[in-house]
Parts: sequence; structure tokens; C-alpha cells
Amino acid sequence: MIPRSRRRLFGLYALTLAAVVVLGGRLWYLQVLDTTQYKALAQVNQTRQIVVPAVRGGITDDTGTPFVRNETEMVVSVNMMDLSQQTTDNGAAVLAKLAPLLHLSDKTLAEKVRLCTKGVPQPCWTGSPYQPVPVAENVSDATALQIMEEPKVFIGVTASLQPVTDYPMPDGANPAQVLGYLQPITQSEMAADHIPETGFAGDDLVGQAGLEAQYNTELTGKPGNQIVSVNAAGDVLNTVGGTPAQTGDTLVTSINAKVQAIAQQALNTAISRSKASGNSVNQGAAVVESTSGRIVAMASYPNYNPSVWTNGISQSEFNYLFGTASGDPVMNWASQGQYAPGSTFKITSTAAAVANGFSLNGTYNCPASYSIGGQSFANDGEPSLGPISFRTALIQSCDTVYYEVAYQMWQTDDNKANFQLNPHAPIQKMQQAELDWGFGNYTGIDLPEESPGTIPTRQWLYNYYEDNAHKGQNWCKNGKANGSYVQQIEYDDCQSGYVWGPGQAVIAAIGQGYVTSTPLQLTNAYTALADGGKLYSPRIGEALVSASGKLVQEINPPVIRKVDASSQTLAYIRSALAGVVTQGTAAGAFGGFPLNQVCVAGKTGTAQVEGGKSTSVFASFAPCNNPQFVVIVMLPNSGYGASAAAPAVRAIWDGIYGLEGHKAALPGGKLPPVPGTGKATVKR
Amino acid sequence: MSVGLPSRGWAGPRAGTFAPRHQTRLGRAFAKGGVARSWDWLLFAVTCALAVLGTVLVWAATEPALRQAGLDPHTYLKKAILWAVLGFVLMLVTACMDYRRIRRWTPYIYGFSLLLLLAVLAVGQSVNGAKAWISLPGGFQVEPSEFAKLGLILSAAWLLSRQPRLAGGRPTGPPGTPGHDSSGRPRLRDAAFAALAAAPLIALVEREPALGVMLVLVFTLAGIVVVSGIRLYWVLGLVAAVAGAIFAIAKLHLLKGYQLTRLTSFLHPAQDVAGSGYNGLQAKIAVGSGGLHGEGLFHGTFTGGNFVPSVQTDFIFTVAGEELGFVGAAAIVALLGIVVFRAIRAAQIADDMFGMLVASGVAIWFIFQTFVNVGMTIGIMPITGLPLPFISYGGSAIFADMIAVGLVQSVRRHHKLFT
Repeated sequence: MIPRSRRRLFGLYALTLAAVVVLGGRLWYLQVLDTTQYKALAQVNQTRQIVVPAVRGGITDDTGTPFVRNETEMVVSVNMMDLSQQTTDNGAAVLAKLAPLLHLSDKTLAEKVRLCTKGVPQPCWTGSPYQPVPVAENVSDATALQIMEEPKVFIGVTASLQPVTDYPMPDGANPAQVLGYLQPITQSEMAADHIPETGFAGDDLVGQAGLEAQYNTELTGKPGNQIVSVNAAGDVLNTVGGTPAQTGDTLVTSINAKVQAIAQQALNTAISRSKASGNSVNQGAAVVESTSGRIVAMASYPNYNPSVWTNGISQSEFNYLFGTASGDPVMNWASQGQYAPGSTFKITSTAAAVANGFSLNGTYNCPASYSIGGQSFANDGEPSLGPISFRTALIQSCDTVYYEVAYQMWQTDDNKANFQLNPHAPIQKMQQAELDWGFGNYTGIDLPEESPGTIPTRQWLYNYYEDNAHKGQNWCKNGKANGSYVQQIEYDDCQSGYVWGPGQAVIAAIGQGYVTSTPLQLTNAYTALADGGKLYSPRIGEALVSASGKLVQEINPPVIRKVDASSQTLAYIRSALAGVVTQGTAAGAFGGFPLNQVCVAGKTGTAQVEGGKSTSVFASFAPCNNPQFVVIVMLPNSGYGASAAAPAVRAIWDGIYGLEGHKAALPGGKLPPVPGTGKATVKR
Repeated sequence: MSVGLPSRGWAGPRAGTFAPRHQTRLGRAFAKGGVARSWDWLLFAVTCALAVLGTVLVWAATEPALRQAGLDPHTYLKKAILWAVLGFVLMLVTACMDYRRIRRWTPYIYGFSLLLLLAVLAVGQSVNGAKAWISLPGGFQVEPSEFAKLGLILSAAWLLSRQPRLAGGRPTGPPGTPGHDSSGRPRLRDAAFAALAAAPLIALVEREPALGVMLVLVFTLAGIVVVSGIRLYWVLGLVAAVAGAIFAIAKLHLLKGYQLTRLTSFLHPAQDVAGSGYNGLQAKIAVGSGGLHGEGLFHGTFTGGNFVPSVQTDFIFTVAGEELGFVGAAAIVALLGIVVFRAIRAAQIADDMFGMLVASGVAIWFIFQTFVNVGMTIGIMPITGLPLPFISYGGSAIFADMIAVGLVQSVRRHHKLFT
């Protein structure tokens, strides 16, 4: 071996020795000199992490008054499973001790914890028997401590902070379907949304419908954590640290609680009046939209109290919410109901006619009936008005003028395509204009529930035929050439259901036949009419405001497009609609209305529905010359638009502007400043 | 100086005065010049002691958790005994083989360890984020990075011991034969070859990623090169290069996030209690709470209560610290120190350059790994996934350690003196 290696091996000896000495010295220091400290640390050290759930953000109206309020409250719950298993007397002694502590009578407490089974009258616990039953909310900390400190006495009783959802219903406003509801998250939703499970009370609640679902991410907030030390048995000793939970943002909506309450009230009154006059109406909707695309009120009938969703829904409540007989209260008919718009649809037909070469100032014949190829289409029982202008046609709601217009447009359209079964056929001129006004398509409102309505384009007709000729309604099997009326129609549909015939074309022009629209779409189209042709994607959300009151995000309704109508045409139609109220079909319904204070313009609609009462519609905007709001009421199975829907609309206008002895909800039609923007704040 | 007469004192009995002393076979074997003298019995005994201690600690570390989970509390003990016995046999077999023969096999051993590492890259199994294990039928797993250490030591020693001793004239035979006295000072080129051979092993281990093992490989390679006797300025150059590399790594963020946090968190363990500093702090508490005499075997509530991670493998020293106290922990460090000392001793008396380098390589490996492993449990080293030699649970590690001791024994036993 070379000497240098020998020397370096000695170096290695030295290094090894040094390493051993360092380790030994450090061990001596840790284990002998410092051991008491580490012995103490070993006792304390044993830490655990607890997830602290975030408080969900609320939902407010446009003044910052809450519709939905989420708070954490000290809740005392009783786990009846634990209680019955760990005591011999089914927990009677424990409950007897608990009742005075919570200032409850023994009887009330017993009623709160008993299960709703057969033969048990209300009140009772509607949730799962395995779930702890909340018996007292907003319990004082002292009471909670007393319960927590004596787990041997209060077996199965827990006191913990739990989120509590509250629906204050300001001014009686309850846009239940718009707000939506919360339900425990499902495993698949958790996986899809990458939401961390906070493990709070076993479940996390997520928005499952309405705004709660639409803005779920923003409303949820961020769960925090708490690091606590535990002893070897797992008992919590003290808190070591952690991050606080972040409360979710509050959603400020453009819905005005007062207007909402008025709209609900007007809708209820209209429906009960319609019922009293023998109509089988069981649903309806009223929508108020500002001409800037914001929803000011959205009422759907029948309504329900959203607090049924909290703490588990009972079977009878569930049956009511989702029952057809009760009118499906869970459905938001304002955005999901698809009804024939009737004559309110004539504004698009007029605009389409003018855009396709018909003179705006021309005269058109209004006979008592109009016949095409031997088939006669009546003017809804009205007599002939002779040659009239579009203005008069709108004011008097003359159907035959639009039959003529639609028939001529049908004749000049691509007639070859009308008779072909072709999924790629071009869209008809008239229907193109209707699509342009936002019908037959989702408005894109910030609600998860929306129906598209129907516009019978050739493609729609193709699909309709394919879906129903030999399957679905199965026309070709059920139809009979000389059977009942329905069977005859089905027979005809089997033969030529895909044909875009002149008959379909003319009744589509007056908003009937295959045409359906949601109340929201109709509102939106009238907003476009009132606001110079701007078609908005309406918004209910106005702003997101953080828990500390800072504006996080402002939400503005985007403009989808400008409808294909000149400002001249729009002004013409608007002025005609003002005439409807003063001298036309709605003159009766608005008799005595102080039009000199607020000029209201509108259009009645009475859509005849096969095998039922007509859909009563009234679409209006005000003030006539400088529109601020659009108000629509749609009531299926209710008869004439002028008799059922128009009075409801009148009541809403009264409420908004404070007319006819009402208090103004929005004096001068001015919307309040957006809370969180500095001019107003969100209320708690 | 006087050239005196032979001693006039009593020179002992004349031959044949007494009957020859009767010696047993064993006695003869251990007498001066006996067969058994070739073995390093101290190393042998210490190795056995460490293996036994390790088995007992693995038992103590796993028994409470297994018992609590309602499983067979001796699951790990049984396997640990099996690994220790098999490892012992491997050590004996290696020790009995002439290390010169092993030297001739070096390329194959190197190639085999490289193949194993490639295999782990292809079909490896991930445990705790590191793809370091190959599954074998029967529920067994191989950790190739353990054998990579042997491959590296042998290949480096082989490449650095090819220079004939120039002072003794030209060699009369090819390398590896008695006529070739290969103990000349290696040139820089040889060191470069050694580094080149080690590079794929290091790179593959880094890919797993096993930061601790990679550091062992780098450190061992550097140590062998230094001990091989290349010039001091090359050594200084090497140090400068390593320092430069560390600087570059720190500056250019070449380390992965987890590596950096682990390397730095030991400096401020209290800062991030729930994060990466947690393990280090928990380990320190476990060791520190042991005191002078410890809580007694099987009585460690902290290590037994799952508060320390990987308690039977990387953090086994915490069990010794908590349950055996300073006495036991220091004894383990001392015993490991003795193993390293005996390995250096074997290197000093080695017959040739290859033997010297193998023995010193083993010594460097053991001392580095011991220092890092024990150091990380007492807060003076970053947390890296390294087992404690002989003590930590794990078949591959025990086998590699035992074979390494066998190599040291072989270097000693096959000295010219004994053959």
C-alpha cells in the first residue's frame, strides 16, 4: 500500500471517531441533559387535526336584505341510537335531566326526539334514526359546556357548532325556486368537483338547485382546520394552532324583496280568482325584469317554504314538492314552464314581417276569417275590421292580419324544403326572426333550471316527427282516419307531420300551434323591445360580496345580440302597445289606471290550447317612452289574457310605482344601489 | 552499540524436556498461526450482536401496533429473524471466498446491480413516493439500491486498483494474479473511470427517487477515490467540485421540492409542525424522551403509538432511543463504530490495493449511513430515507450489509499471511 493511502486511512479513523463522538454527544445532550423537556413534549405532542367547516355565504335582495342567512349556532343534538343502547330506560333519565337545562318541558323534548313512524302525530323527527336529532339551537356556551363536561351524565348528547340556514322572507318575499336548496353532497359530486370533505356532521351540504347550485363554489367558502393535541387515549387536551375557516361570499341578487312579494301576491290573487271562476289552473309565473337585463322579481306558483329542506325532508313534504297534483312546487315555472305565448308573440311576427319586406305603414285586411286551401282560420270570433294598419292589428289583436302575413311569407319561402323529411333543411324566414328574438333557445340566465321553449323550425319538425311517428306518441299506430278528433290529428300527423304547411305557419305567427315560450323568454323578448333591441342573457345575481363586506365580483347581464329590427320598427311597436292599454284589448283591465302618472304599454295573449283552457298572458313595459321595467304574467288554463293575467300585471305596476293607493316599492322606478359597492352594504 | 553474546539467562527448557502441550483442535485453530486467526472475531461478534439487537428492536417497534390492529404481533419478528439468519449465511459465504476471485467477478456484479436498478425503473413498485422496490412472488420485495452500494464499491475499487506498482518494476503477470502487484497510485484517469462507472448507478437511484441512497453512493465513491491515494490537489479539486455542485443545486433549484423541504426543514423543525418538519421533531421527541435508561423494551408509548413514521425501518433508532435510553442508543452507535473501525483496520493490513479499497469503501458507507440515519433522528441531519445498518428492518439492506462485512472478513482472511 502506498503511504499516502495509509495516512488517509488514519484520517478515516479520525473521521469515524469524530462521527461517533458527535452522535454520542448529541445523544447525551438529548437524552440526559434535555430529557425532561422531551418527556413533556412527548406528552403534549400527540396532535390531531380537526376540520373547521366554513360558514356558507348568504343570498340577499338588491338592498342587501337577506333571503338566505347562514350562521353557525351551538346546537344540542341527541343521538337516540346511543341513548337506547347505553341506557336501560331508553334514555328517559338523560332526557329528564336535559330538558330543564334547555328550558324545554319534558313533553316537548320527548316529541322532538320521537321518530315519525306510522301512527306518530306531528311534531316528530322526520330524519334518519341514525342521525343525531337537533333538539335545541342557539344554546348558550355555558349550557353547551355543561353538557360537554359531563359525557357520563348526558349519554348520547352532543353540543357542537353547526351551520344553520334561515329564510327570513323579508316583506313576505319568498323566491323559493330561484334560491334553490342545499342537500348533502353525493360521493360522485365530491369526486367530480374535487371538493374536500370537511366531515362536518358526516355530510357537506352543496347547492342542488337554483342560485345555491349556480353559485355554489362562491357561496361555499373555504374550510379551515384546527390542530389539537390529544393524549394516548385520543382525548382532546388543547388547541395548538390551525387556520380559520373562510366564510363564503354573499350573493347579492337583483331581486327586490318588495317587488317580489308584490309579484307573488298578484300571482296568487290572479290564480285564486281564476280558480274561483271555474278554471283548473295550478301553475303560473310572474317575471319582472329591468330594461338592463336584471331580474327584479321572479315568482312561480305554487310556492313552498324552502326551510322544509333543512334537517331532512319528510316523505309528505317531498311528495308535495315533486307532485303533479300539487303543481310541482319545486319547479320554477318562470324559467321552466313552456306555454304558448299567444298574441304577445305578435311583436316578433310584426318585426319579422317588416324585416321581410312588408311595409310598416301599409294597410292589411282584417277579415272575420281567413281561409287557406279550403281550411278556415277565424279571428277568434271577432268581426271583420276591414283594412287596418299594423298598429290597429296589435291594438285590437287581429289574428287574420298575421295569418295573411304568415301565409305570404310561407309562400315566398323555400317551398321545396317544406315538404321534405330533412334534418338539415334551412330555417324558415319567420321562425328565423323568432329565434332571433331569443325564443326556442336558453336565455342563459344564471339558474341551472331552464327550458328552451319551442320554435317549430324545419329541423325541429323533423325531430318531432322522427320521435313521435313510430315511437313516443306513436301517431301511425294510434291515429285513425275517421276516429276521434285527436285520432284524426294523429292520423294526419303520421301522413304529413314533418310537412311545414301553411296552416302551421299561420297559427305559429300568433304564438300558438307548436310555439311555446317560457315566461322568462317572453320577458326577455319584451325587454329587447323596450330597450332598443338589445337581447340580454338575464341575470339574477348582481354582485358577490365577501364576508367582510368587500365587493368580490360584479355580475352584469351580457348582451346576446341586437334583434333584427330597426329602431323605427321597435318604436312603432312600442307605441302600438301603449294603445293596447288605452284603447285596445287591455283597456278594460286597465280601466281607471293612472296612465298619466305612469304610462304602461302591453300586449294581451290568449293562447288556445288543445283540450284545455287558454293560456292567459299579459306582457307589458313601462313607462311607455322610456321603459324601466318589463312585467309578464303567464297563467296556463286560465282563459283570456285580458281577464286573468292583465289584472295581475296591473297590481304589480301599482306596487312598483306606488299607484292606486299602494306604497311604491321602487319610487320613481329607480333601482337601489348595489350593496357592497360603497353606496350600500349587505345586511346581516 | 555492543555486539554481545547470546543471552546467558535461562532460555527456557530445552526441546523435549516436557511432553508437547496437548491442544484441542479449537485451541490449535486459535493459537498463533492457527486457521481461526485469519478471522476478525471482534468484527464477527459485533456484527452478530447488531443483527440480534436489530431483530429485537424491529420486534419492539412493530409489536404494539400489530397487536392493536388485531394482527399477529410477531409478523415482523419472524421475517426479521429469517433475514438475519440468511444474512449471516451470506456473510459466511462471502468471507470464505477469496476476494481476488470476487475481484474477477466485479464486472458481472456491477452489471447485475445496474440491471436490477433498470428493472426497478421498469417494473418497480412505489412505496411512499419512491419507486424503489421490485415485487417478487410470495410477497417478497427486493430493493436494488441496497445492492447498488456493493456494486459501486466493487467497481470503484476494481477500476482504481489497476495501476501496477512502478517502484517494483514491470509486473510479471496480468492484473489479479500474484505476479501483478497492483498497488500503484491510481492516476486521475482511473478516478475518472471509477466515477464514470458509478454515474449510471447514482443516476438510476436518483430517478427512483431515493435521495439518501444517492448521497451514500456519492459519498462512498468520493471516499474511495480519496483513500486510493490520488494527489491531494485532486482531492481538493473534488471537494471544490462538490461544493460547486451543492451551490449550483441550491441556486438552480435542481432539487425536487420534497427534497429541498426535507433537507432544510431539519434546521427549523418547529416551524412547520404539521408538514415536513413533523417527522424530524417526532423522532427527536421519541429519542429525547427515552432518558438515560429508556422506558424499557416494548414500553415505548411514543414509538409504539404510531407517532413516529416508518418506525421499523428508517426511524428504528427512535425505538432504541425511547426504549433503551442513552445507554442502549450509545451502545448501538459504539457497536457500529467498532464495525467501521475493524473495516478500516482490515483496509490497513490489506494485501493489495483492491482489498484495501473494498474494506475502506465498506467503512465509509457504514459510517456515512450511520451518521445520517442516527443524525436525522436526533435533529442534526436532514430526513432522508436511509436504513440503519444491521438494525433497520428490510431483507435487502441486511443482506447487503452482511455481504459487505463478509467482504471485509474476506480481505483480512485472504492476506498472504494466512494463505
